[in-house]
Amino acid sequence: MAESTFLDSTELVLNMGPQHPSTHGVLRVILKLDGEKVIGTECVIGYLHRGVEKIAENRSYQQFAPYVDRLDYCAAVSNGLGYCLAVEKLLNVEAPPRAQAVRVILTELNRIASHLVWLGTHALDIGAITPLFYCMREREEALNIFEKYCGARLTTHAFRIGGLQYETYDGFEQEVKAFCEMMLPRIDEYEELLTNNRIWVRRLKGVGVLTADECKEYGVTGPVLRAAGVKWDLRKAQPYSGYDQYDFEIPIGKNGDTYDRYTVRIEELRQSVRIMRQAVERIPEGPIMGKVPKVVKPPVGEVYVSIEAPKGELGYFIVSDNSTQPYRVRVRPPSFVNLQALDRMVRGGLVADVVAIVGTLDIVLGEVDR
Amino acid sequence: MGKLLRTVFLVDLFQGLWVTFRSQHPKNIYTEQYPAERPKVAERFRGAPRLNLNPENGETLCIACNLCALACPERLIVVTSERNEETRRKELTTFTYDTSRCMFCGLCEDACPVDALELTQDFEMASYSREGSIWDRQMLEEGVRPTQYKC
Repeated sequence: MAESTFLDSTELVLNMGPQHPSTHGVLRVILKLDGEKVIGTECVIGYLHRGVEKIAENRSYQQFAPYVDRLDYCAAVSNGLGYCLAVEKLLNVEAPPRAQAVRVILTELNRIASHLVWLGTHALDIGAITPLFYCMREREEALNIFEKYCGARLTTHAFRIGGLQYETYDGFEQEVKAFCEMMLPRIDEYEELLTNNRIWVRRLKGVGVLTADECKEYGVTGPVLRAAGVKWDLRKAQPYSGYDQYDFEIPIGKNGDTYDRYTVRIEELRQSVRIMRQAVERIPEGPIMGKVPKVVKPPVGEVYVSIEAPKGELGYFIVSDNSTQPYRVRVRPPSFVNLQALDRMVRGGLVADVVAIVGTLDIVLGEVDR
Repeated sequence: MGKLLRTVFLVDLFQGLWVTFRSQHPKNIYTEQYPAERPKVAERFRGAPRLNLNPENGETLCIACNLCALACPERLIVVTSERNEETRRKELTTFTYDTSRCMFCGLCEDACPVDALELTQDFEMASYSREGSIWDRQMLEEGVRPTQYKC
């Protein structure tokens, strides 16, 4: 074999991350490049591994609840809801209607906050800095509501097994309504900034296409799946926490490219506002805590409960051995599963599009590594 | 034709720029000048822990029941007590709270039956050493006194 020189070599291996700012945390992608073209990738994860599932085995059911907030820290409320619903199913109790309505409001508020972080950082990756500031401004309002409700902004620990710990504060309804009023014109503002912008359109259209069949093969869920044209939303497919009472639509895309994922998420923001408006109008009176014993000791059994988190299907699988601590907790994080599709989406594309595709998958490394 | 004209005259870019210009008014400033301007945290804010005293006689409200220590997921609270032979009641001797491991979940506060342990609105808990973030009973009762800088 002839001695290969620099000019002969066709394959270049490049490390992207774990400190690369556009990998949204500590994701390391090993790229195999042929010039500008990506011919293969390998994801290296585990830089943020904290062993949350193992911690669960040494904590009581109530004690583990604050830890799930640290999985997907952009959507801590959704994580808490999923965990609480799973333990409630194991205990065979249900949260009272008032608690369910407040849960819906807070999770939808959290969906908006999470999508705003996604929109801001995704636009930042592509090169548009302005939307980030607008998105953070609106997210601040949402976080203020969290802070007033439960005393924390990011890792909220808002829900407890069986219902809520905190009663809504005075003026909660008004503030949520004001947020909804404020939010709709602001969403139009983001669209004015981005939707028709020629740089935005050219960077996103036709990039990272994932067809519906491929999505199903990879088990991809959430906005990525819906952008490929599959009408699948767990809030409609298997309603939990009273989602069947609310009237909303599932936005879907056509081509399954990055631009469609953007439009789907923008439309989801509007639908979330719509759900919040309906929910805040009819928060029923009554207790906020169901009949849950002080010491949670579920019967022997296992349960899998999944909810529609902002990033996709978030599932909790809990095995109980009739003790105060879970025997095993397994989290099915949407980001981890969606990240599998990265190689398929990136392959054959340009190296500059890797950043756009990592951004559009909306991964949170806390959830990928757990 | 219309599309061509819109492309030539950069309509999409000006549309976005117009949003930026609309937000230029000084009333839209969101920046908080932190050390000079103190943020108002919410009433339920979960910040620095405090061990409350009875306002009438200045004695601690804590009954040394150890429920907070049992509720804590990180097991960072250590309560010791001794029995008073005259009154036959448990009395608190020491109370340590390791704030460096605390995640401010509020479970200890919820567990307290007499509202002695409370997470307050103070949030400036920085310390120059690791030992400094392990709070003893005196520190928990007095609360943090962060240095106020003039600016």
